[in-house]
This record gives sequence, structure tokens and C-alpha cells, in this order.
Amino acid sequence: MKINKAEVEYIANLARISLDDSEVKRLKKELSSILNYMDLLNEVDTTDVEPTVHTRTITNALRPDELRESQNKQDALVNAPTRQNDFFVVPKVIE
Amino acid sequence: MTIFDVVIGLEVHAQLLTETKIFCGCSTRFGDNPNTNTCPVCLGMPGVLPVLNKKVIDFGIKLGLATHCSINDKNIFARKNYFYPDLPKGYQITQHNEPLCRNGFLDIQTDGKTKRIGITRIHMEEDAGKNIHDEKKPLSYIDFNRSGVPLLEIVSEPDMTNTDEAVAYLKELRQMLVYLEICDGNMEEGSFRCDANISIKPKGAKQYGIRTELKNMNSFRNVQKALDFEISRQIELVESGKEVRQETRLWDTAKNATLSMRIKEESHDYRYFPDPDLLPLIIDKRWIEDIRACLPELPEAKRSRFIKQYQLPAYDTDLLTQSRELSDYFERCTTILDKPKEISNWIMTDVLKVLKAENINQIKVTPQMLTRLITLIEEGAISRNMAREVFDEMAEYGKLPDDIINAGGLSQISDQDDLRRTIDQILESHPKEVDSYKQGKTQLLGFFVGQVMKATKGKANPKLTNTIIREILEI
Amino acid sequence: MLETARMYRHEAKSPKDLVQALLAKIKQDTLNAYITVDEAGSMEAACQATKSIEQGHDEIMLGIPIAVKDNICTRGIPTSCGSKILSNFIPMYDAHVIERLKSLGAVIIGKTNLDEFAMGSTTTTSHVGPTLNPWDHSRTPGGSSGGSAAAVAAGLCAGALGSDTGGSIRQPASFCGITGLKPTYGSVSRYGLVAFASSLDQIGPIACSARDVSVLFDAIKGYDPKDSTSVAHEYTPSVLDGIDIKGLRIGVPRSFFSQGLSEQVERELRSGISTLEELGATIVDMDIPHIKYGVASYYIIANAEASSNLARYDGVRYGARKMDTQSLSDMYLETRAKGFGNEVKRRIMLGTYALSAGYYDQYYKKASKVRTLLINDFKSAFGICDLIAGPTTPVTAFGLYDMVDDPLSIYLLDIYTIPANLTGLPAISIPCGFDDDNLPVGMQLIAPAFREDLLLRTSMTFQDNTNFHKVKP
Repeated sequence: MKINKAEVEYIANLARISLDDSEVKRLKKELSSILNYMDLLNEVDTTDVEPTVHTRTITNALRPDELRESQNKQDALVNAPTRQNDFFVVPKVIE
Repeated sequence: MTIFDVVIGLEVHAQLLTETKIFCGCSTRFGDNPNTNTCPVCLGMPGVLPVLNKKVIDFGIKLGLATHCSINDKNIFARKNYFYPDLPKGYQITQHNEPLCRNGFLDIQTDGKTKRIGITRIHMEEDAGKNIHDEKKPLSYIDFNRSGVPLLEIVSEPDMTNTDEAVAYLKELRQMLVYLEICDGNMEEGSFRCDANISIKPKGAKQYGIRTELKNMNSFRNVQKALDFEISRQIELVESGKEVRQETRLWDTAKNATLSMRIKEESHDYRYFPDPDLLPLIIDKRWIEDIRACLPELPEAKRSRFIKQYQLPAYDTDLLTQSRELSDYFERCTTILDKPKEISNWIMTDVLKVLKAENINQIKVTPQMLTRLITLIEEGAISRNMAREVFDEMAEYGKLPDDIINAGGLSQISDQDDLRRTIDQILESHPKEVDSYKQGKTQLLGFFVGQVMKATKGKANPKLTNTIIREILEI
Repeated sequence: MLETARMYRHEAKSPKDLVQALLAKIKQDTLNAYITVDEAGSMEAACQATKSIEQGHDEIMLGIPIAVKDNICTRGIPTSCGSKILSNFIPMYDAHVIERLKSLGAVIIGKTNLDEFAMGSTTTTSHVGPTLNPWDHSRTPGGSSGGSAAAVAAGLCAGALGSDTGGSIRQPASFCGITGLKPTYGSVSRYGLVAFASSLDQIGPIACSARDVSVLFDAIKGYDPKDSTSVAHEYTPSVLDGIDIKGLRIGVPRSFFSQGLSEQVERELRSGISTLEELGATIVDMDIPHIKYGVASYYIIANAEASSNLARYDGVRYGARKMDTQSLSDMYLETRAKGFGNEVKRRIMLGTYALSAGYYDQYYKKASKVRTLLINDFKSAFGICDLIAGPTTPVTAFGLYDMVDDPLSIYLLDIYTIPANLTGLPAISIPCGFDDDNLPVGMQLIAPAFREDLLLRTSMTFQDNTNFHKVKP
């Protein structure tokens, strides 16, 4: 297989998605199949080829250091799953 | 202890004094109510996009030039991907492979010598929000006001070999940032943050030892303590045959120790890749020269000039140049009265007693008032001791020295006749001492002067008193 | 759309009446094209438009009912992206394109169904269930803009906005027998478009004809300072007339007609291309050498960017959150596990892998280099031809749950549409025939950057001389 169980679990953790055993199994199969296909790219000679990130050649999109009205805090918090006194609340990080 | 070399590298994050955040137009103001300086962009809402604040680049170039770095002409922003509640997008926009500045340096003074500390790189990035942990409940509260505030990350070469050098470097860097007016250098508020990388190795060895990363040092003192502690800890480990673990440790002020972060040591796979939402940033020579032309006189240059121009010792110039405001205040005084050492003395003692260097602009004693006071002393109108009291009143109420003196009847008795009369009285009432003096106990001069000062309630001109007494008793 | 505009002005049918009737029709709809219908908002906008027209205002978009794909943020209206994780999300801001449409007096009827987070080609991965193809309810309308395409084809709006990252406007347009344009990258602001793959995404217009698409494109295109990748291009004013295509060189890449292409689709395409030839175009035999690597390159880049773009869905500030977890770590893991569907998870995993330490060069960097080669291919190609033509997709609309266990086969169907996204070039799909099951077949035209005029006006010429776009399901 192109990708093994440990790698699937590692990637799932990096992506913060919990998977049960059957999902790990399924994904192992699916990802391996897809990654096998991706090997096609190895056929291509890309020596001295620069990678492309942007398809347009524009540069320097800048804005001046001017204050724009911030949204009111109600808008900021309106979609919060849990809030308290204008803060977003989450389970504490164990440190 | 001397069988080990210490290697220290420092990473500083400086919050920039821009009006607005790096990628959106929200205010960077500190201390506002939670989540009031936010917008969809700095909250990482769905569908929003970053737009770069030009001033951030200006500030970065400024610092790069001041630290003799080469400025990168093609800059790329990258995403550093990780999950944390104060990181709204699940990634931080930073610079990875093409930082703004590279290969600079900062000279520091330690042990009376100059040492050059290399600066590996300086890059732009965004700050995260603030996590506040509940004391009792297992909850954390998040305020995103700080999310998106622009930072410059300044990474030094591992050139420091002891904690004094480390602190000297931090102080020098902080002063530079404040001089350039790009950061307020406030460690307590978190606008100047420092992490350290520290390792030890057998003296003279080529290979570096395992290094630990230290965080949570929020004052220069704590930096010193933390580094000292860590050096001892590492030496102890190595000397007892154990290995130093590569880890991140936090300085605990209460326990006076560095403690290992107990969270699972994650493989920090940040999966950096170029941010497709931000265009390449091209900085041309013109832009750099425009910034260079606006650079203020830097601390190093100012110190050298002060030494040369004002013939002041290094101790004085270090104090006077600790802030631009203070050095400006000093120089304004010298343009009124060309007595730099006098002025320096007064500033170093009385002025700085009243006010911290940064707040000099708030002092009620203007350069005009201070130089007038000094002039009054030189003219003999007032004794030095009196002057100190006058100064205190000037600083408290902002009254002019002449007004204070006249109101309090504090003028120094310099009128010779008046003075002679008092001196005669004193000498007459101490015949025994006069005899002893005439027989060689010349140190009694001080006694006589003291008596005169007491009798005149300090208003006598001590120098003149001294001269007259000697005159009388020499006969 | 133009027909509607004409109705408003000449036949004295008001936006208010039309929109009211439309809302009633939508209530009867069984296609599941809409996720949210904004009755109150659209009636209000329709009344406003009615007043404006009565006062003699004449702007073309006034009162035109538009459907918007549910990954485009609309202030005060739920924007779910077809995902459980955003099913309760209501943005407090409008996407740039929505601001534009509102300022022109258009009526935003509602939000259309899509594959979850625009990841898919079938509109079956949405958490509200699939949208059905108006031509055959057992088949997919295509994806990811399936809801928008179905709504247009079924007359449930006058025009619609979709988004296209690997073909998500063009393929559904093809499957539903209508016209859809993926504009030049940078010509339409992405601010407010929930990002899937930032260097590939574009919002685009979908409507029944090239003229309508042209009007809608005009309404949304243009520089937006809130989008750093937005280009301030000076377009020449649009002309709603076909052009004389005599002498127009139309390249037909050999790779577009190789194995994998269904016989019947090929048949209709050849016929369409012949029509263009009859109308005066010169057909140029040529090729795009790196076409066969497009799918691999695309799926690595798109998923890599997506894995990062979707990291913000963590339940902290908005969206669904798995409550009552013991730790922050569990909150993340469970929120995302429960909130995302399988296709999204699969792509996030792939993308994370492609960027991870040890694999970055081999996958992400390599794919980005192959992208450069494709860009160069097209640069050369446009040296010898003005437009490139071919099938939009190798097949016609297939059964709703065909290939559901074989994601790779579905990915491979994007082979013709992906190149325009990887290269940032504009491309359009127009109906050019029907297969033996009476399912629509789409022809794709690709033009050089910012030459939407060439695409649109050539399409107008084609549509002035054919009737495929007029056939209703």
C-alpha cells in the first residue's frame, strides 16, 4: 500500500479529524489508490522548472495603514457556539 | 563551571506601532474591551481574505537597514499550519523561505568591550489572539483583539556566550526598536517578547550541544534568571552523565525555575507553503532608499557623537541616550547653555529621579528652566543645595526658578558685607577652634563653614564663605 | 435574464409579480436546487426594483432574480456550503459579488445546493441531500454548482452564480444543457467566496444563454481591493452581439479526443465543431502536451490548499461544535469528524499529506511545477490559435450514486475542465447537442486571459445559429 495505517492516523491527527477503525481502513485504501495515480507526475521532467503559485503576474497588493471601522462585537460573537462576557469560550488547553 | 561553553540564540517578536493590523483595517490598540477590535478577516471567518498593510513593510525595512541587513527584493508570505484556539484561521501567515531581511548585526557593549551579535533574519508575520485560562473551571476565554497585530520576528545568530551578553543584546535591540518608533518595547504588555535557545558544550568543542527553547520570560531580569537557571540545569545534567532533552521549557517566576511543557511533544509539522491569497512583494531600490533617508540618528551613532561633541564620559552618554526624547531634551539644554557636563549631572540625578526616560516630554521642568537654574548657581545667586529644593518645586508645580527663589527668599547671601558680619560672629563665638586652626588644624575650615551655613539657614554662598574665612584666619 | 428585463419594461410585468410567481414555483420544486430561499428579502428587493423601473430607471439587472451558490456569503442569510459544520452559520457580511448585485438592484432569491465545500462533481455530498438533474431526476446535475445549474435549467431563477475550481460551473452547465462561464482568475473578486482552493477558485455566471451570461459577468467582474489576487483589468465594454468568426482559429487538441471520451459525446462535439467551421472558423489540429497530468497536478494543489483553508472550521468562533468534550483536543477532533462529510475528509487528508514533511517536494512542489508546464503549453497554443475547443466533460449526466465508491474515477472526469483552472484562463461551456438518452452535451471553449469577449461572442454566434440552448428539460 502506498500509505500505511500509522501514516493515515498521523495525517488524521495533523488534520484534527478523529477516525474510527473502519474509516482508517477505508481511507488507507482510497488514499493509496489516489496516491498511486499521482505517481504519474514522476514521468514529467521538471528540471529547472519554477513552481507556479499564482497564475497572474501582478505583485504588491498593498493597502495604506488607515483605520477601518471594526465590526461591532455583537457581529463578532453572534455565531459563537459558546460565549461568555464578550469572550469566545473553549475547553481549557491542558498544559 | 568553566569547562563548558554556553551558546545562546535569541528570538524576539516585536509588535509594531502601526495604526492597523497587518492584514485588515482593525485597530492595534492595546487594552480595549475584548473582541471589539475585530472584523471578519482577523476572526478567520469563511470567505475572507488578507490585504497587506504597507506600513508593516516600511517598518521592517527600517529595522533591517538599522541592523545592517540585506533587504530581500522578492518576498513571499507562507502559511504555517497548526491548530490552537487563538489562531483563527488554523494557520499563521508568516514568512518562511524568503524573509524580509537577512544577515545583519547589532553591536553590544559587555565587559567594556564591543561584541558583534549576528542577526540571521527578520521577517513579518501576524500575531495570534489571547487565551485566558479560567482559574477554577476547565475553560479558556479567547480575545481576538490581538489577532492580526503585525509582528517582526528577529532571529539572532547563536553568538551569545553568557547571560550578560544576552541581556545586553535584548536591551540594545529594544532600544533600537523604540528609537525607530516601530515598537514601544513594552515587555509587560507583550509588545516585546523574547524566546531563547540555549545549549552547552565542552569548552572548545566544535559540535553544538542539544538545545532547549525557553519561553515566558517577560522582563530582562527574568531572562537573566531563566538563562542562568537553565545553564546550571544543563551543566548538572551533563556532569551527572545524563543527556539534555530537546524540549521547550517555560520560565516559572514563582518557582524560580524552568519547567518542561507537559503537553505531548508534537511533531511540529507546520506544512509551510506559499500563501496563495497574497501576492509576491517586490521591494525595489527606490523604496529602500526612501526609508533609509528617513532613518533617525541611531543609538550607536548618537552615543559616539555625544562622547566626541560634548566630551562626556561613556556612563553619561549611555544614560542620556537611552531614549531619543531624553537625548533631545539634553541637546535642547545645551543649545541654551553650553555646559554639557553640568546639564548632564542634573539630568542624570534630579531629572531622572522624577521621570522615566521615555516620559521626559511630560516633565514640567523645561530645558529653559533647567538651564536658568544652573546659571543661577554659577552666578552665585543660589547654593547648590538650595537649587535642589528649587528643582523639586519646579518639577512639582512647574514654577519658574526665579519666581520660586524670590518668593521663598532663598537667594544666596553673596553680599560680602552681610556675610562677613556673620562670619565674624561665628569666629568670635568659637575662639578655641580658631586657635586650633591657626595652629595647623586646617580641617576645622569645614566646621566654620558649616556653622555659617547653619546660622544663615543655608543661604550663605559656601564657596565665598570658605574664601572669606581663610582670608580672615590667614592673617 | 435579458428576456426578463424586456418583460419588465415592455410587457409591464413587474419584478414584484415575477418574483412572487417564482417563489411559488420554487415551493413546488422537487429538484432540491435551493437550500435556503429568502422570501422576505427577495420580495423587498423586488418591490424596490419595481419602484425604480416605474420611476424610469433602466439598468439591466434591476429586479432580475438570481440564485447564489451556498458557498458565497450573504449577509443575514445562512451560508452553509452544503456542510453540517456550517449548517447554522449566518455571515454578517456580503461577498463582494453580492454587494455588486444588490447595488444593481438584482433580486437574490436564495442559496443553491452544492457539493460540500464545493468539493465534488455530483452535488451528492451536500448535507441537505442531492440536487436532481431536471432532464432526468435519477441523474446528477453535475457539481459542485449543481443547485445553481438545476435552478437555471428548470427556470427557478433567471441566472445564477456558481463557483469553479476544477470545472464546477462548466460541468454542471454541460450536464444541464445551459451556459456557464469560469472567468479569468482574478477578474471576479473572491472576497466572500468560501475558499476551497485559493489559487484556482473563481465565481462565475450561469444562465440560459451566452448573452445572459455576459450581462451577469459584467455585473460581478472587476477589481476589489479586499481581494489581493483581484486584477484591475480594463475590459473593453461588452458587446451583446455575436462576432463574425470567419478566420477565427479554433484549436482542437488531440488529447481532448482520446480514450475515455464517450462515443456519443464525441459525436456531438465533432458536430459542434463542424458548425463552427461552417460559420467560418478555421480548425487547427494541435495538442496540449501535458493535459494528461492535469488531474494529478490539480488534485494535489487543490487539496493541499483546501486542507489549509478548511482548518478554520474548528468550532471555536462559529459553526457547529461538538459540545461536552473533555478536552480541547477532543473538541477539535470530534467537531471536525462529525462536521465534515467523507469527500471533504478524504481531500483534507490528501492535502495534508501532500504538504507534510518529506512529501512536500514530491507532491505539492512537483504538482506546482507541472502546473507551470501546462501554463506554457497554453501560451504556445495561443500562438497558433485564438480559441481552444473540446468537450466539457467525457460523459453526460450519470446516475446520482454511480461511482460513489470510486472517488478516483470521478476525479478523472475533470480532465478537460481542470486545465483552465490550473492556468487561470477563462473557459465557457455551451450546449452543443444531446446524446441518445436525450441528455445535454456541452462544448467547452477556452480563451487567453481576459478574453471573455472572445468566448462570449463566439458562443453568441454559435447560439444564434443553433437551438440547443433553447431546449428546456
